[in-house]
Parts: sequence; C-alpha cells; structure tokens
Amino acid sequence: MRYLPLTDADRSSMLAVIGAKTIDDLFVDVPAAARLSGLVDLPRHAGELAVERELGALAAMNRTAGAGSFFCGAGAYRHHVPASVDHLIQRSEFLTSYTPYQPEIAQGTLQVLFEFQTQVAALTGLPVANASMYDGSTACAEAVMMAARVTRRRKAVLSGGLHPHYAQAAHTLAHSAGVETHRLAAAVDAEHAVVEAIDSDTACVVVQSPNVFGAVTDLTAIGEAAHAAGALLVVVTTEAVSFGLLKSPGDMCADIAVAEGQSIGNALSFGGPYVGLFACREALARQMPGRLCGETVDAAGRRGFVLTLSTREQHIRRDKATSNICTNSGLCALAFSIHMSLLGGTGLKALAELNHARARALKAALAAVPGVEILTPRFFNEFAIRLPRDAAPVVEAMTRRDILAGVPFSRLDPGAGMDDVLLVCATETTTPEDIAAFADALAQEIAQGIAP
Amino acid sequence: MTAVANLGRPTRPEAVESSPGAHPGRGLLQHEPLIFELGGWDKTGVDFPEDHLGPDLDASDLAGLTAATPVRLPGLSEPETLRHYVRLSQQNHAIDLALYPLGSCTMKHNPRLGEKLARLAGFGDIHPLQPVSTVQGAIALMDQLAHWLKALTGMPAVALSPKAGAHGELCGLLAIRAAHEARGDARKTVLAPTSAHGTNPATASLAGYQVVEIGQTADGHVDLADLAEKLHPDVAAVMVTNPNTCGLFERDVIEIARLTHAAGAYFYCDGANFNAIVGRVRPGDLGVDAMHINLHKTFSTPHGGGGPGAGPVVLSAALAPFAPTPWITHGEAGFEFIEHGGGEAAATLGRLCAFHGQMGMYVRALAYMMSHGSDGLRQVAEDAVLNANYIKARLAGAMTAAYPDGPCMHEALFDDAWLEGTGITTLDFAKAMIDVGFHPMTMYFPLVVHGAMLIEPTETEPKRELDRFCDALLELAAAANAGDVERFKGAPFHAPLRRLDETLAARKPRLRWTEGGGG
Repeated sequence: MRYLPLTDADRSSMLAVIGAKTIDDLFVDVPAAARLSGLVDLPRHAGELAVERELGALAAMNRTAGAGSFFCGAGAYRHHVPASVDHLIQRSEFLTSYTPYQPEIAQGTLQVLFEFQTQVAALTGLPVANASMYDGSTACAEAVMMAARVTRRRKAVLSGGLHPHYAQAAHTLAHSAGVETHRLAAAVDAEHAVVEAIDSDTACVVVQSPNVFGAVTDLTAIGEAAHAAGALLVVVTTEAVSFGLLKSPGDMCADIAVAEGQSIGNALSFGGPYVGLFACREALARQMPGRLCGETVDAAGRRGFVLTLSTREQHIRRDKATSNICTNSGLCALAFSIHMSLLGGTGLKALAELNHARARALKAALAAVPGVEILTPRFFNEFAIRLPRDAAPVVEAMTRRDILAGVPFSRLDPGAGMDDVLLVCATETTTPEDIAAFADALAQEIAQGIAP
Repeated sequence: MTAVANLGRPTRPEAVESSPGAHPGRGLLQHEPLIFELGGWDKTGVDFPEDHLGPDLDASDLAGLTAATPVRLPGLSEPETLRHYVRLSQQNHAIDLALYPLGSCTMKHNPRLGEKLARLAGFGDIHPLQPVSTVQGAIALMDQLAHWLKALTGMPAVALSPKAGAHGELCGLLAIRAAHEARGDARKTVLAPTSAHGTNPATASLAGYQVVEIGQTADGHVDLADLAEKLHPDVAAVMVTNPNTCGLFERDVIEIARLTHAAGAYFYCDGANFNAIVGRVRPGDLGVDAMHINLHKTFSTPHGGGGPGAGPVVLSAALAPFAPTPWITHGEAGFEFIEHGGGEAAATLGRLCAFHGQMGMYVRALAYMMSHGSDGLRQVAEDAVLNANYIKARLAGAMTAAYPDGPCMHEALFDDAWLEGTGITTLDFAKAMIDVGFHPMTMYFPLVVHGAMLIEPTETEPKRELDRFCDALLELAAAANAGDVERFKGAPFHAPLRRLDETLAARKPRLRWTEGGGG
C-alpha cells in the first residue's frame, strides 16, 4: 500500500521491541463483541490509476461552469483566480501544516493570518477581523450569537433580503441557544423594513448588501435606528468582490460585518470549502468567535506573530468559550489573501467595475427579452428577474440548450411565493457571446412556453 | 494572565541578549516584511482588459452607494507575490518535512492524488445551485462517500454537511435535542469526561446544554460509577471520545452505551480518534448514536495551517430522521437533494450552513478511502497503533508514561513526573524538540495528566523516522537529566524566531497592521 511505509519485517521487529506477540495484543482493550474479525464489506485497495479513472468518470458527468454560458450566483461566484494562487497554496509548508500552535515554527502561517486580518479589516471598514470562519453562512450565525452575548438580548431580526440559507443556518444555531430569529418575508428591495421590527429585546438586525436579489442598499439609517434601540447592526456580504466598488459595512454603521470570501482566491467547488470573513468594532473584539492572530515580539525583541486572546476559545474556556470553532478555513484564507495581495485596492476596484459592467450588459440584454421583467433596481453583479412562468422548469429546459441560466429563487425559499423569480449573475468571466446566447435562448424558451 | 487562561503554561519568555536570527536573512532563510511594507498602493498584479468595457463601465446607477476611493490595500506583481509567500512558507514546519507528533490531531501524510482530483473542473468548477440534473456525478460522489462512512462505522445514516469536527459535534447534539423535543422530553444536561476535547463542552454549551463532567479512573478510563450516578432523567447525551484523549480504548464502552440508553439519553462519540480503530471496530457495534468523523484527520484531507476540514456525522436509526438538510435521495431521474424540511424530512433539525458541505474535502477523502480499500484501512489502524506503542516502548525508560500498564492505541501519553527536580517544564522540553528538527507533541492536554505530552505519530511514518524521533527525544531526556538546563530554558535557538511573548500579545492586542503604527 503506497501510503503505508512499514514493511512486515518492520512490524515484526517493532512488536518485539514492544513485547507483543501479534498486533491483536495491542487491541486487547476492545471488547470481544466489538472486534471485527474480517474486513468491512468494501472494495479492496486500488492504485492511483484506478481511483483516478473512477472519480474522473464522476467528474466528467458534471456540466462545469467554464464549459459554456453560466449565470449562477446567489452566494457562490465564478471568478478567475490567478494561476499563482493555486500554486502557492499547494506548497507543502502551507498545505500540510497544522493550526499554528508553535509560533516559532509557524511564522509563515501566522504572518499570512495577520496580513489576512488586515486585508479583511480594510475591506469591511472595521478595525478588527479574525483569522476566518468556515464560510459566510456560519459566520453570519456566529454573528447573531455574538450580538446576543454582547447585548444580553434574545432576538435577531433578519431581513427579507438575507440569503435564505444564511437565515436558516442562523435560525438553527440561535434556536438551540434560546435566541429567537425573526425573519421578514422575502423582498427584493426592502432592507429598511427591519427597522420596524426592532424592539427592546432585539440584539441585532441582520441585513445584506448586495442582498440575495442583488439589491444594493445604503444601510446607514438602519444602523442608526438599531443603535438608537440598543441593538447591533450585522451586515452580510456574499460577494466579496463588491467591496471593491461599494461603501464598506464599516462606513455604514456596521458593528459586525460577515462575508463569504470565496469569490477571492477560491473555486466554486460545489459549495465548499469556502472562507468566512468576520470583522467587528474594537470594543467587541473580546466577544469574537474564532482564532485571532496578533503581533508580539520574541525573546530577542524581534517582531513575530502568535494566536492570541485565546481565553475566548474552546481549548481554554471549554463551556464558557465564545464559540466551539477549532478548525477554521486556513488554506482558503491563504488563497483569499494571496489573490487579494495580487489585486491590491486598485486591482479590486477594476475587477469590481468589470463585474458591474458585465452585469449591466446582461441586464440590457435580458430587459429586451419579451416577458422578462427586471426586479432589482440597483445592483452590483447579480439581479433578480421575473419570468412569465415558474423559473425552475425554465432553468431546467435551458440546460438542454447548454446554458446554466441562474438560480430559481424557489430553490432557496420554496414558500416565498416567488416561483417566477430567477436570480442571475455576471462576472468578469462572462463574455458578450455568453450574454447574447442567454438572451436568445431565454426568448425562445419563453415563446415556446406561451405557445401550447 | 490567569492560571485558568494558560493552564499553568508559561506565556512570557525571558529576554535574551543574543539574537542569532536578527539579520535580513540567514542561510537560505530570508527575512520577509509584511505585504503592507512591500507592496505599492496603486499597484496591481492582475491585468484587466483596457478597451472593451465600453459604455457598460458606468456606476452612475449606484450613485451614493459607492466608495469614494479604492480600498487601501497594496498590490504586488506576480514575481513579488511568489517570493513573499515562498519565503513565508519556509518558516513553517510541515508533515512533508518531518514527523508532526501532535496528539489528537492525526497529522498523517496527505496524498497528492486528492489534490489533483479535487481540482478537476468536474468537481472544482461546478456551482452548488446548478440544476441537479447537471451535477449527477458530484452527488454520486457524495453518495459514495456516505456509503463508505456508513460501512466503516456500521451506522445507518450520515449527515455530510458539517464543516469541521466541532461543527459535527453541534450537528450531533442538535439531532439529539430534536429527538428529545419530538417526544416532548426536552432535557438540559450533557455529560462529558474531564479529559474531553475543549470543543465538547463548548459545543454542548452552544447547543443550549449545561455541561457536567464525568470523572476518570486512575487508569485513564471513564468512571462508570460516577457516570451511573450522574445519569439522571435530565441528561440528554453522554459525550465520550473513543479511543479517549489519553490514547486508551474505553473498555466499558458497551456498558456506557447501555447505561446511557437506559436513562433515555443518547450516546455521542467524538470520533476525532477514529484513526486508531478504522477497519477493526465499527462504532455502530458499540451502541453509538452519533459520531463525527474528522475527514481532515482519519481520512487525510490536508490540515492547511488550520483548515478547511470536514466533519460528517454518522447517525443511528433513532437520530437519522433529525439529520440536517440537505439530504440525498435517489429517484427515477437520478440523484436529488431534499433541501428543505417537510415531507420526508419533516423532522430535520434544519440547515447548518449554506449549500451542501465541503465538496473539495469529500473528493480527497473518498480518493483516500478507495486507495486504501477495506484491507488498507484496517492496516492504517494497525500501523497507527503499532507506531504509537513503539514510541511508548522506546521512550518508557527515559520518560514517564501516564498509563504504563498495557498498550495504548494511536497515541502515547507521558506526564512530566520524570522532569521533576530538573527545573525543566514540559514547555521547555517541547521547545527544545524544535532545535532538533521536530514539531513538539501536544502539550498540557489532556487536562487530567500533569504536564501532559501526547504523541501521535500516525501510520504514515516509516520506522527510520520513528527511530530518528525516539533517538532525538532520548538524547534530549538525557541532557535534561544531566542538568543541561540552558539548552531547554532558552529553546528554541535554531528556529526562525526565539520564544514569543504571548502575554504581550494578549495584553496589548495588535490584530492588524496600521499605517505609521508599524505592524
């Protein structure tokens, strides 16, 4: 077996050193009733070639985003990632290292985390960012829990523009801890509606911009209203490239900003692994979940980095910890940070402008399709449209024209009564030809649907 | 810092005068500034099309919503980027460099086949919300992974979506909560041993439970009498790690399950140490109701400097109806997802995260499992246990094993009794290991052993690396006993940095670089 270095001769000599006759002697504590005598009913070992053939065949069954017209967004985005990013994250010293518990021999990872935190802080416009969460949705759920801890209140108001998966994940986590989530009905452009739902037990309002329908909103007034009522403003962003063009959450009164960082440096990968960004105001830092990397000095006075404020964490505080998170998303954070280092602020702005331009071109093309109504008034790189009939079967039919036409809102929230709403997205990877093909095929599909 | 905060572990080094590494570079090791000290504020290492944005490049419809200036972050050209990260990488220890004996972390070799396969466009370049008809191969892979996990654990169901071990623990406890609530029997307490991973009590608390500790016997096992006494009708679950964090198999595990069930509670098993028993013991045969499996431990998806991981949870028939969405089903048209509650999934605990979980990790883990097969996986457990016992046997004469009688499982636990009177602490000894080329073992955990040193070699270490490791530790132990305190107190001497001041970091947190403020 190619991953197991011991030979039978090694095993015999090692058993002799141990003073055991057979390997079974080392498993004496396992109750006889629980010992498997033979092999589990699964295939025996296989060579690289065989495994590659079998899994390669499964991969080949899937329609890849890059194989043709593709317009899916809604929380996961297809962007071009520079080749150097994937090369660097496969360096053994990054790929095969553990959480940096021994800072003297983990300065590479720790400096990356310090740079990552600085980048996330700059992007979100808030002073403190952690070393990453699992993804945007779990970061959002943790933000709700943090707001409840900080305010000692038991209710979170979630906007109708919040990604439904985020709302559901927040509900699952909060519910068990006795924190109520009050989610407003799905609405394309009504982030401000959360204000009316704030009461004296509201720990936070959770709003998203651009929201799941793509709508961009200035959240400042919502933040002011929340603060006036003693609640926190949690701002969610699922498309991190939008930070390159839009006002930051920190500039709009956010107390906590969470985001999905996948767009920068990370592949679509069918939904994971991704990387959650988490930032907050200075005064809240000690209530944050997750790892924090901080600057310090070594015994010789040289700058170095360590994991810090660990008295918030599970391995020290156990049942009093701010979160149970241990493993986070280090390598995805590295990919994010490398891509961000290549882009810089000016590159990110150019990338964001390009995305917006592509989405505007998509809007112009789709607006010209008879029967299509554009629903989102102000958007970044994705928006919602209304079709003359249910979106899901249209999207399914469009796959037969080799077009992945976007995400039917009903897939995210089947009970919203928005079965005719389709979420579409364009990025720098979308070409004018893709857009033309989409508009053309959609027009045909709609026309066919009208004619019996 | 308080004793609670650092567990008695020193966090502030004594200053040293000499600084052998305080040069711009030493040998091949380059000093590397922060990107904020290197990059250009108006520079970018990504080229964009100059001419074909045309009239679409217009953000006037976003008037009042856009930032006045670009985000203030520096950019680097590609060659500068490569240098920056390659130089940083060289300051890290890695499993590809040498044995990485962190107990309970299972730092084993990461096959590169998994890296190659996870990057196939058919897995890496597919969107989680594409029509399921266009991703049948991806769902088939998830289904296959589920099949392997169920077969290896002898459990009827698995929830794939949890994103790491602690997230899996949460999934398991929420399923247990849902099961109790479904029969109108809400309970408030979770029992866990003192030796448990910190994530266990943290998760139980996050899931809304009070945590009560179960005692441990002198020989390192769950105290059955104490468990029986604390199993009152308010106990929702008993959380036990098996093999436990002392590296021992819980001999009474079947009895623990029986007592737990008799009290109307569920048996949660922390599967962090599944590597020791995979292919030889099925948790389903032990009476386990829920167990998370760290794919980044047992099934070797890379740790990546702290993730991403994946923590699927296998569930008993009693808990399966409460599994989180999405569920995979197989209908006439092929695989489908059930993504919302209601219908078949009426009892689901709900959604734990967006989308379907850690696909990239699933590909790597399944490639690993298929490569080993049923025979290889059994050999994995045997070699992991053999390697740990070999280290325990070789070091037992010089260091004090915490549980010297009988074999250990996949990790060997030592205490600091053998250092008594030397003036050297576990931390000192661990830091001196760095100077001889090894990553320290897990220190000061589990909490039940004084000055604990927990060594987990894993099965992917060749005998000569084990011998190199043992020789190095025996030589260090001899130096400690010979009174060579200086070698330990100031260690490490040969790492990129000397000991770091953790107290300063916590007292005056500097969590990002600021202009003019240095780092």
